[in-house]
Amino acid sequence: MRTVTTLLAASALLLGAGAAVADDHDRIEIDGVVLTLRAPAPAYLENMDEVMSGWLFRSEETQALQLDDFDNPAFVFLDQAMDDWSRVEGSEGKSCASCHEDLSGFAGLKTVLPRVVDGGLQTMEDIINAERVNRMGAEPLKYDSAAMNRMVALIGLQSRGMPMNVAVDGDAAPFWEQGRELYYTRVGQLDMACANCHEDNYGNMIRADRLSQGQINGFPVYRLKNAKLNSVHGRFKGCMKNIRATPYKPGSEEFKALELYVASRGNGLSVETPSVRN
Amino acid sequence: MKHTGVMLAVVAFASAATAAEIAPQDVVFEGGAVAGSLTGVPGDPASGRKIFLNRKKGNCLACHANADLADQPFHGEVGPPLDGVADRLSEAEIRGILVNSKMTFEDTIMPAFYRDEGFNRPLEKFKGKTILTAQEVEDVVAYLLTLGE
Ligand code: HEC
Ligand code: HEC
Repeated sequence: MRTVTTLLAASALLLGAGAAVADDHDRIEIDGVVLTLRAPAPAYLENMDEVMSGWLFRSEETQALQLDDFDNPAFVFLDQAMDDWSRVEGSEGKSCASCHEDLSGFAGLKTVLPRVVDGGLQTMEDIINAERVNRMGAEPLKYDSAAMNRMVALIGLQSRGMPMNVAVDGDAAPFWEQGRELYYTRVGQLDMACANCHEDNYGNMIRADRLSQGQINGFPVYRLKNAKLNSVHGRFKGCMKNIRATPYKPGSEEFKALELYVASRGNGLSVETPSVRN
Repeated sequence: MKHTGVMLAVVAFASAATAAEIAPQDVVFEGGAVAGSLTGVPGDPASGRKIFLNRKKGNCLACHANADLADQPFHGEVGPPLDGVADRLSEAEIRGILVNSKMTFEDTIMPAFYRDEGFNRPLEKFKGKTILTAQEVEDVVAYLLTLGE
């Protein structure tokens, strides 16, 4: 009985995958920048041959919104982030723009984050808050807040089209291992791991959603569902709650390690920030 | 008078069910199968059909397509379609898969619907709880048994 069912399940999987692969795009172009949507899986991914952008798994209407920055609703928030960029805050009387001549200086930064600094993992959020506190004498922003997410998106956008390339070895290795462990550990009353959905079942429909590989190269993403920018840790939290698990906190060591690991699963994919999802 | 009689009957019925109910830890598996009813009360297929659909209960449609529910949108593709499942599996096998599918399918993604311990970081409000009650499991079993040729 077991064999028969497994075969049935396997053929359902193939059908599902076929439906997703019907989208045969390899790359898209946005504002003159070419984005790679598929890349050979890095050697450390044992169970997959190819890594694929979440864009490939969305409906044509949702995909279209990301192809033109004028249609992409995320840009409303990026405009707000531009205002934040030049607003003076804190005891030192400075704005970001006082020290940084030009945003384009951040090209490439997103591709290597999170990374190890002083023995701990550093995310884009950490960098932004360190700048605010140490250089501006301003209050740190709440980790998963609208003001934080739009600044993360604005700096991420400077790397659009560049391949994700986080380090997984050297002093990153223990954090990467911790993230890998979290990715494969079943949690919650539904007793599932990230891998159950995003590795074993990408391409398949789960109720109204087509499962993607759960890549984060497009984060922060604008979601039609809540009409705002959604952070990486916010998404992790949402997926954990859906399986009735107590999520880790945004900005926690656990979520930073998971972020490093998930980012590494997308090494080779282009930075797509800000993506559009349902 | 007649009305009261019905009420009394219902109360007696309900408490009999509780007395006979098998706790999650006491369910006996033979292979993956569970032979006896968890409650002693026959399952209600109409209720089972609703639980199958309900996103906060079985939410079975999230993963399984089912032609009997063709009027409902969004059938999942994660598990096999359940059309004709009553012809493939016995009542005891179906009950076993619902109580704890991992006893039948090692490493499956399918949740265990009648298990209340051994979870890692369950949300506080689900701690020590099963996804479905014993009677809800019986209702879904009864419903699946209607899915034959
Ligand atoms: C029950 C299935 C399930 C599990 C388990 C699950 N997710 Fe998800 N996840 C989804 C669904 C459904 C979506 C929305 C569709 C999509 O993008 O795959 C999603 C979306 C995502 C996205 C957004 C992808 C994008 O392109 O916008 C990320 C990132 C993600 N998940 C990561 C995780 C991580 C990390 C875990 C484990 C902590 C996890 N997921 C566990 C179902 C799941
Ligand atoms: C998150 C996904 C998921 C959910 C939710 C789920 N199942 Fe399943 N189910 C599966 C998978 C996958 C299999 C195939 C076994 C395997 O290989 O893991 C399966 C197998 C089965 C089988 C055996 C089918 C056969 O033909 O051998 C039955 C019966 C079944 N499920 C019933 C249910 C019922 C009833 C519910 C809801 C109360 C449910 N499932 C909820 C994923 C799921």
